[in-house]
Amino acid sequence: MNATTTLGSVSTQSRTLQLAMAGLLGLFVVGFVGFSHMEVVHNAGHDYRHSMNFPCH
Amino acid sequence: MTYFRNVVFIAAIAGLVAGVAMTLMQAFTTDPLIIQAETFENVAPADHEHASTNAGGEDHAAAHEHGADAWAPADGIERTAYNVLVNLVGAIGFGLLLVVASEFTGGVTDWRQGIFWGFAGFAIFTLAPGIGLSPELPAMPAAELLARQTWWIGTAAATAVALYLIFIKKTPALAVLGLIVLVVPHIIGAPQPDDHATPVPENLHHSFVVASTLTNLVFWVVLGTAVALARARFARPIEATRKSFA
Repeated sequence: MNATTTLGSVSTQSRTLQLAMAGLLGLFVVGFVGFSHMEVVHNAGHDYRHSMNFPCH
Repeated sequence: MTYFRNVVFIAAIAGLVAGVAMTLMQAFTTDPLIIQAETFENVAPADHEHASTNAGGEDHAAAHEHGADAWAPADGIERTAYNVLVNLVGAIGFGLLLVVASEFTGGVTDWRQGIFWGFAGFAIFTLAPGIGLSPELPAMPAAELLARQTWWIGTAAATAVALYLIFIKKTPALAVLGLIVLVVPHIIGAPQPDDHATPVPENLHHSFVVASTLTNLVFWVVLGTAVALARARFARPIEATRKSFA
Protein backbone atom coordinates (compact mmCIF):
# COMPACT_ATOMS: atom_id res chain seq x y z
CA MET A 1 0.00 0.00 0.00
CA ASN A 2 2.70 2.38 1.04
CA ALA A 3 4.87 1.40 -1.87
CA THR A 4 2.00 1.96 -4.30
CA THR A 5 1.29 5.38 -2.86
CA THR A 6 4.92 6.37 -3.16
CA LEU A 7 5.10 5.03 -6.67
CA GLY A 8 1.91 6.90 -7.52
CA SER A 9 3.16 10.17 -6.17
CA VAL A 10 6.45 9.78 -8.02
CA SER A 11 4.61 9.14 -11.27
CA THR A 12 2.33 12.12 -10.78
CA GLN A 13 5.46 14.12 -10.16
CA SER A 14 7.04 12.76 -13.28
CA ARG A 15 3.93 13.58 -15.30
CA THR A 16 3.83 17.11 -13.91
CA LEU A 17 7.54 17.47 -14.57
CA GLN A 18 7.15 16.36 -18.18
CA LEU A 19 4.25 18.77 -18.68
CA ALA A 20 6.25 21.56 -17.09
CA MET A 21 9.15 20.85 -19.43
CA ALA A 22 6.83 20.96 -22.45
CA GLY A 23 5.38 24.22 -21.11
CA LEU A 24 8.83 25.74 -20.70
CA LEU A 25 9.70 24.68 -24.22
CA GLY A 26 6.54 26.43 -25.45
CA LEU A 27 7.37 29.61 -23.53
CA PHE A 28 10.91 29.54 -24.92
CA VAL A 29 9.68 29.12 -28.51
CA VAL A 30 7.06 31.87 -28.25
CA GLY A 31 9.54 34.13 -26.46
CA PHE A 32 12.17 33.54 -29.11
CA VAL A 33 10.00 34.27 -32.15
CA GLY A 34 7.97 37.02 -30.49
CA PHE A 35 10.26 38.83 -28.07
CA SER A 36 13.90 38.19 -28.95
CA HIS A 37 15.92 41.38 -29.22
CA MET A 38 18.36 39.80 -31.67
CA GLU A 39 17.97 41.87 -34.81
CA VAL A 40 18.25 38.91 -37.15
CA VAL A 41 15.38 37.15 -35.37
CA HIS A 42 13.37 40.37 -35.28
CA ASN A 43 13.85 40.97 -39.00
CA ALA A 44 13.01 37.40 -39.96
CA GLY A 45 9.85 37.45 -37.86
CA HIS A 46 8.94 41.09 -38.49
CA ASP A 47 5.60 40.55 -40.25
CA TYR A 48 4.65 37.77 -37.85
CA ARG A 49 5.28 40.02 -34.86
CA HIS A 50 3.11 42.77 -36.27
CA SER A 51 0.35 40.36 -37.26
CA MET A 52 0.35 38.63 -33.87
CA ASN A 53 0.24 41.96 -32.03
CA PHE A 54 3.62 41.46 -30.36
CA PRO A 55 5.37 44.74 -29.56
CA CYS A 56 7.77 45.00 -32.48
CA HIS A 57 9.92 48.10 -32.92
CA MET B 1 9.40 10.68 -21.38
CA THR B 2 6.59 9.19 -23.46
CA TYR B 3 4.15 11.71 -22.09
CA PHE B 4 6.43 14.63 -22.97
CA ARG B 5 6.90 13.24 -26.46
CA ASN B 6 3.15 12.86 -27.01
CA VAL B 7 2.45 16.38 -25.79
CA VAL B 8 5.10 17.80 -28.12
CA PHE B 9 3.87 15.65 -31.00
CA ILE B 10 0.24 16.81 -30.66
CA ALA B 11 1.34 20.43 -30.27
CA ALA B 12 3.54 20.13 -33.37
CA ILE B 13 0.78 18.68 -35.55
CA ALA B 14 -1.83 21.18 -34.36
CA GLY B 15 0.69 24.03 -34.61
CA LEU B 16 1.56 23.14 -38.19
CA VAL B 17 -2.12 23.08 -39.19
CA ALA B 18 -2.93 26.36 -37.43
CA GLY B 19 0.33 27.94 -38.63
CA VAL B 20 -0.45 27.15 -42.26
CA ALA B 21 -3.98 28.53 -41.81
CA MET B 22 -2.56 31.66 -40.17
CA THR B 23 -0.03 32.21 -42.95
CA LEU B 24 -2.72 31.94 -45.62
CA MET B 25 -4.97 34.39 -43.76
CA GLN B 26 -2.12 36.86 -43.24
CA ALA B 27 -1.25 36.80 -46.92
CA PHE B 28 -4.64 38.33 -47.70
CA THR B 29 -5.27 40.41 -44.58
CA THR B 30 -2.44 41.74 -42.41
CA ASP B 31 0.60 41.41 -44.71
CA PRO B 32 -0.64 43.82 -47.42
CA LEU B 33 -1.48 46.38 -44.70
CA ILE B 34 1.99 46.03 -43.13
CA ILE B 35 3.65 46.59 -46.50
CA GLN B 36 1.38 49.54 -47.19
CA ALA B 37 2.27 51.07 -43.81
CA GLU B 38 5.98 50.63 -44.52
CA THR B 39 5.69 53.16 -47.33
CA PHE B 40 4.97 55.74 -44.61
CA GLU B 41 8.14 54.72 -42.78
CA ASN B 42 10.17 56.12 -45.63
CA VAL B 43 8.33 59.43 -45.70
CA ALA B 44 8.38 59.92 -41.92
CA PRO B 45 10.55 63.03 -41.54
CA ALA B 46 12.73 61.70 -38.72
CA ASP B 47 13.33 58.40 -40.41
CA HIS B 48 15.81 58.88 -43.23
CA GLU B 49 18.15 61.48 -41.80
CA HIS B 50 20.95 59.78 -39.91
CA ALA B 51 22.35 63.15 -38.89
CA SER B 52 19.13 64.53 -37.45
CA THR B 53 19.13 65.62 -33.83
CA ASN B 54 18.07 63.21 -31.15
CA ALA B 55 14.77 64.76 -30.17
CA GLY B 56 11.28 63.48 -29.48
CA GLY B 57 10.45 60.23 -31.21
CA GLU B 58 13.94 59.91 -32.65
CA ASP B 59 14.75 56.72 -30.74
CA HIS B 60 11.81 55.05 -32.33
CA ALA B 61 12.84 56.22 -35.77
CA ALA B 62 16.37 54.98 -35.15
CA ALA B 63 14.98 51.61 -34.13
CA HIS B 64 13.38 51.36 -37.53
CA GLU B 65 16.72 51.73 -39.23
CA HIS B 66 18.08 48.43 -37.97
CA GLY B 67 17.20 46.74 -41.24
CA ALA B 68 20.02 48.69 -42.82
CA ASP B 69 22.91 47.23 -40.84
CA ALA B 70 21.55 43.81 -39.77
CA TRP B 71 20.52 40.96 -42.00
CA ALA B 72 16.90 41.02 -43.10
CA PRO B 73 15.11 38.86 -45.63
CA ALA B 74 14.80 40.50 -49.04
CA ASP B 75 11.30 41.60 -49.99
CA GLY B 76 9.37 39.06 -52.00
CA ILE B 77 9.77 35.32 -51.79
CA GLU B 78 12.52 35.39 -49.16
CA ARG B 79 10.49 37.60 -46.83
CA THR B 80 7.42 35.40 -47.35
CA ALA B 81 9.45 32.24 -46.70
CA TYR B 82 10.78 33.52 -43.38
CA ASN B 83 7.30 34.70 -42.44
CA VAL B 84 5.95 31.20 -43.08
CA LEU B 85 8.78 29.66 -41.04
CA VAL B 86 8.30 31.97 -38.07
CA ASN B 87 4.52 31.49 -38.28
CA LEU B 88 4.89 27.71 -38.05
CA VAL B 89 7.42 27.83 -35.21
CA GLY B 90 5.31 30.36 -33.29
CA ALA B 91 2.16 28.30 -33.81
CA ILE B 92 3.89 25.20 -32.45
CA GLY B 93 5.01 27.24 -29.44
CA PHE B 94 1.45 28.40 -28.76
CA GLY B 95 0.29 24.83 -29.42
CA LEU B 96 2.63 23.60 -26.68
CA LEU B 97 1.22 26.15 -24.24
CA LEU B 98 -2.36 25.19 -25.10
CA VAL B 99 -1.73 21.44 -24.82
CA VAL B 100 0.20 21.78 -21.55
CA ALA B 101 -2.41 24.04 -19.93
CA SER B 102 -5.26 21.76 -20.98
CA GLU B 103 -3.43 18.56 -19.95
CA PHE B 104 -3.08 19.94 -16.42
CA THR B 105 -6.87 19.98 -16.21
CA GLY B 106 -7.58 16.65 -17.89
CA GLY B 107 -6.87 17.41 -21.52
CA VAL B 108 -8.93 18.49 -24.52
CA THR B 109 -11.31 15.59 -25.02
CA ASP B 110 -13.53 16.90 -27.82
CA TRP B 111 -13.57 19.65 -30.44
CA ARG B 112 -15.91 21.83 -28.40
CA GLN B 113 -13.38 21.90 -25.57
CA GLY B 114 -10.72 22.58 -28.18
CA ILE B 115 -12.58 25.72 -29.25
CA PHE B 116 -13.00 26.70 -25.61
CA TRP B 117 -9.23 26.44 -25.04
CA GLY B 118 -8.70 28.33 -28.28
CA PHE B 119 -10.89 31.17 -27.00
CA ALA B 120 -8.84 31.18 -23.81
CA GLY B 121 -5.63 31.54 -25.85
CA PHE B 122 -7.22 34.33 -27.88
CA ALA B 123 -8.27 36.16 -24.71
CA ILE B 124 -4.82 35.74 -23.13
CA PHE B 125 -2.55 36.50 -26.08
CA THR B 126 -4.65 38.77 -28.32
CA LEU B 127 -7.57 40.46 -26.55
CA ALA B 128 -6.02 41.34 -23.20
CA PRO B 129 -2.70 42.75 -24.48
CA GLY B 130 -4.57 44.38 -27.39
CA ILE B 131 -6.74 46.45 -25.05
CA GLY B 132 -3.74 48.46 -23.86
CA LEU B 133 -1.43 48.04 -26.85
CA SER B 134 -3.53 48.03 -29.96
CA PRO B 135 -1.97 46.10 -32.86
CA GLU B 136 0.73 48.36 -34.28
CA LEU B 137 1.82 49.01 -37.84
CA PRO B 138 5.29 50.06 -39.00
CA ALA B 139 5.74 53.87 -38.88
CA MET B 140 3.51 54.15 -35.83
CA PRO B 141 4.91 55.73 -32.66
CA ALA B 142 5.11 53.57 -29.55
CA ALA B 143 6.65 53.66 -26.10
CA GLU B 144 9.99 52.02 -25.39
CA LEU B 145 10.09 48.41 -26.64
CA LEU B 146 11.19 46.70 -23.42
CA ALA B 147 8.50 48.46 -21.38
CA ARG B 148 5.82 47.39 -23.84
CA GLN B 149 7.10 43.81 -23.94
CA THR B 150 7.11 43.70 -20.15
CA TRP B 151 3.54 45.00 -19.94
CA TRP B 152 2.44 42.63 -22.72
CA ILE B 153 3.90 39.54 -21.03
CA GLY B 154 2.61 40.64 -17.60
CA THR B 155 -0.89 41.18 -19.00
CA ALA B 156 -0.95 37.82 -20.78
CA ALA B 157 0.27 36.07 -17.62
CA ALA B 158 -2.26 37.88 -15.41
CA THR B 159 -5.09 37.03 -17.82
CA ALA B 160 -4.06 33.36 -17.83
CA VAL B 161 -4.04 33.29 -14.02
CA ALA B 162 -7.41 35.08 -13.96
CA LEU B 163 -9.03 32.59 -16.34
CA TYR B 164 -7.63 29.76 -14.25
CA LEU B 165 -9.08 31.22 -11.05
CA ILE B 166 -12.47 31.90 -12.67
CA PHE B 167 -13.02 28.82 -14.84
CA ILE B 168 -10.93 26.06 -13.25
CA LYS B 169 -11.07 26.81 -9.52
CA LYS B 170 -14.81 27.50 -9.60
CA THR B 171 -15.28 29.06 -6.15
CA PRO B 172 -16.94 32.48 -5.88
CA ALA B 173 -14.13 34.00 -3.83
CA LEU B 174 -11.43 32.89 -6.27
CA ALA B 175 -13.58 34.04 -9.20
CA VAL B 176 -13.70 37.53 -7.67
CA LEU B 177 -9.95 37.40 -7.15
CA GLY B 178 -9.64 36.31 -10.79
CA LEU B 179 -11.64 39.32 -11.97
CA ILE B 180 -9.35 41.60 -9.98
CA VAL B 181 -6.23 39.98 -11.48
CA LEU B 182 -7.85 40.36 -14.90
CA VAL B 183 -8.31 44.10 -14.51
CA VAL B 184 -5.12 45.08 -12.65
CA PRO B 185 -2.81 45.28 -15.72
CA HIS B 186 -5.24 47.69 -17.36
CA ILE B 187 -5.41 49.85 -14.24
CA ILE B 188 -1.61 49.97 -14.26
CA GLY B 189 -1.90 50.83 -17.95
CA ALA B 190 0.20 50.01 -20.99
CA PRO B 191 3.23 52.17 -21.79
CA GLN B 192 2.18 54.82 -24.32
CA PRO B 193 4.29 57.09 -26.54
CA ASP B 194 4.51 60.81 -25.70
CA ASP B 195 2.96 61.64 -29.03
CA HIS B 196 0.62 59.48 -31.08
CA ALA B 197 1.11 61.51 -34.26
CA THR B 198 1.78 59.19 -37.20
CA PRO B 199 1.82 59.40 -40.98
CA VAL B 200 -0.18 56.15 -41.07
CA PRO B 201 -3.81 56.99 -41.97
CA GLU B 202 -6.36 56.18 -39.28
CA ASN B 203 -8.42 53.95 -41.56
CA LEU B 204 -5.34 51.88 -42.46
CA HIS B 205 -4.61 51.31 -38.79
CA HIS B 206 -8.25 50.49 -38.09
CA SER B 207 -8.27 47.90 -40.88
CA PHE B 208 -5.11 46.41 -39.41
CA VAL B 209 -6.56 46.16 -35.89
CA VAL B 210 -9.61 44.35 -37.27
CA ALA B 211 -7.54 42.09 -39.55
CA SER B 212 -5.01 41.22 -36.84
CA THR B 213 -7.66 40.52 -34.20
CA LEU B 214 -9.82 38.38 -36.47
CA THR B 215 -6.94 36.36 -37.93
CA ASN B 216 -5.79 35.66 -34.37
CA LEU B 217 -9.28 34.57 -33.39
CA VAL B 218 -9.44 32.12 -36.29
CA PHE B 219 -5.87 30.98 -35.55
CA TRP B 220 -6.73 30.11 -31.94
CA VAL B 221 -9.97 28.35 -32.83
CA VAL B 222 -8.15 26.29 -35.49
CA LEU B 223 -5.33 25.55 -33.04
CA GLY B 224 -7.70 24.40 -30.30
CA THR B 225 -9.75 22.28 -32.68
CA ALA B 226 -6.62 20.76 -34.22
CA VAL B 227 -5.33 19.89 -30.74
CA ALA B 228 -8.66 18.16 -30.01
CA LEU B 229 -8.55 16.19 -33.25
CA ALA B 230 -4.87 15.28 -32.95
CA ARG B 231 -5.34 14.26 -29.34
CA ALA B 232 -8.34 12.08 -30.22
CA ARG B 233 -6.22 10.44 -32.90
CA PHE B 234 -3.24 9.93 -30.61
CA ALA B 235 -4.95 9.91 -27.21
CA ARG B 236 -4.41 6.20 -26.70
CA PRO B 237 -0.69 6.52 -26.01
CA ILE B 238 -1.35 9.50 -23.72
CA GLU B 239 -4.03 7.68 -21.77
CA ALA B 240 -1.84 4.59 -21.67
CA THR B 241 1.04 6.64 -20.30
CA ARG B 242 -1.23 8.15 -17.72
CA LYS B 243 -2.55 4.72 -16.68
CA SER B 244 0.93 3.28 -16.48
CA PHE B 245 1.80 6.11 -14.09
CA ALA B 246 -1.33 5.68 -12.00
